[in-house]
Amino acid sequence: MYHINEIVKNNTLIPSILAEADANDYIINIGPQHPATHGVLNLLITLNGETIKKVEPHLGFIHRSMEKMCESLSYRQFIYVTSRMDYLSAHINNHACALLVEKALQIEVPERAQYIRVIMDELTRIASHLLWWGAMAMDMGAFTPYFYAFRERELLTEIMEDTCGARLTMNYMVPGGVMQDPHEKFQHRVTTEFLPLLKSKLHEYEELVTDNIIFQNRVKDVGILSKEDAISYGCSGPTARASGVECDIRKLYPYDIYNKVEFNEVFETAGDSMARYLVRMKEIKESVSIIEQLIDNIPEGDFQAKTKAVLKLPKGEFYQRVETARGELGIFVVSEGGTTPYRIKFRSPGFSNLSCLDHITRGSKIGDLVASMGTLDLVIPDIDR
Amino acid sequence: MFIVEYLKEVTNAVKSLATGMKLTGYYFTHHKEIITQEYPDNRATLKMADRFKGEVVMPHDANNEHACTGCTSCELACPNGSIKVITKFDINADGKKKKAVDQHIYRLDMCTMCGLCIEACPTDAIKMANTFEHSVPDRNMLVKRLNNNGSKIREGVE
Repeated sequence: MYHINEIVKNNTLIPSILAEADANDYIINIGPQHPATHGVLNLLITLNGETIKKVEPHLGFIHRSMEKMCESLSYRQFIYVTSRMDYLSAHINNHACALLVEKALQIEVPERAQYIRVIMDELTRIASHLLWWGAMAMDMGAFTPYFYAFRERELLTEIMEDTCGARLTMNYMVPGGVMQDPHEKFQHRVTTEFLPLLKSKLHEYEELVTDNIIFQNRVKDVGILSKEDAISYGCSGPTARASGVECDIRKLYPYDIYNKVEFNEVFETAGDSMARYLVRMKEIKESVSIIEQLIDNIPEGDFQAKTKAVLKLPKGEFYQRVETARGELGIFVVSEGGTTPYRIKFRSPGFSNLSCLDHITRGSKIGDLVASMGTLDLVIPDIDR
Repeated sequence: MFIVEYLKEVTNAVKSLATGMKLTGYYFTHHKEIITQEYPDNRATLKMADRFKGEVVMPHDANNEHACTGCTSCELACPNGSIKVITKFDINADGKKKKAVDQHIYRLDMCTMCGLCIEACPTDAIKMANTFEHSVPDRNMLVKRLNNNGSKIREGVE
């Protein structure tokens, strides 16, 4: 027989955060159902008054065991699962899987397919950044920017719908190319409808949010992540580039035709929330310039290489990384020579970016937590898989 | 000097807020720029994209003939197990047995519209339809049989 106090003391289920807290500290939950977490993420926060002493993210609410699930799916089938990881950059996740299979089987992808893939990737990146922009502004209390962002994103999803047949989880990339030829109006809609619209509306974003004094005061010098910390926490993508880390996979390990296009890797050095914001806003412009270089020069030819009906990867280990809208996505496959992978590991950008949240918010006020979390651009299914 | 800087800051702050409000005011007075459509009201004019992946269908021609050979490629390609092809053996005119589709069962409730079955089909017997109003009162109504009653395979499709 144990006394109730002893059970409480010995119970390993009680988080370590309780043991560390002082008598005067508050421990509050943000999430799993909270508008600012954009999904089912639970943050246990120790507060001293209004000052954050510790942030402990609790995961597992949307765990779907994707890695295990992929072990029973063939190399054509496992691609569709990855759309459900980081659903805002579904194309880029699918691209990574297709690249991995092509690398392992040494399939040569037609140039036309490569062009289409890169254009789709960049359109997805724009769509993802637009949604992030609206959602982040909404976290900070500005409701209207969400609708401005969705106005441009709507046209983009319509273009995706025309070509891929779906608005969010497209499943358009297949090993050896893309599933279908782009819709006959695809080039026309991108060049004459989408790009002019986006360019004419970008100044509105700056007037509405970037130059707004309330927004600037909330994000400047908030959630500072130094270059060394960004590297040691494994941050990637815009989060790390805002701290001055050179980590764009498109530049460092170019895949498909990224070595033929000209674009700048966007840097900021401040490392605060404002820097992360500015990096993403500039990346939209870079993506527009990439699309402009490619959209009129799509070569004629096949959109898919001829592949065998049943794909069997040779025995060995394979790794492929791509730059998603959030950072570096790595896919690691161990093959035993069969039709299904023996083991799959996804290195998702969201998980590493979340891990620095405790570091960058410790000691700041609770209102700054939302500003820091908003600019980290977390997608919870990507963190949890 | 401190006062001057302070006042400058305040003026800039007010200016930035006014710029934002100006934009909001523009859209408040320009109703034509609003693009939102409300769904059930626009049903008559709503046109889905041709390639929109709504559900899997098997097109039949005027003679109630389809192109499905019962090869079960779609069943093997489906990642969720939402297709089940039940085959039978037809007897040809010259007395030979030939594999044919008896029932092509498609479970819409398990389908994720990935389109891999369409990719896998060697005879283009199935395709994606752009219908999207799938709500039904009972879940069992989402289990569909794609080949029509009494339908048979089109001449010349192997």
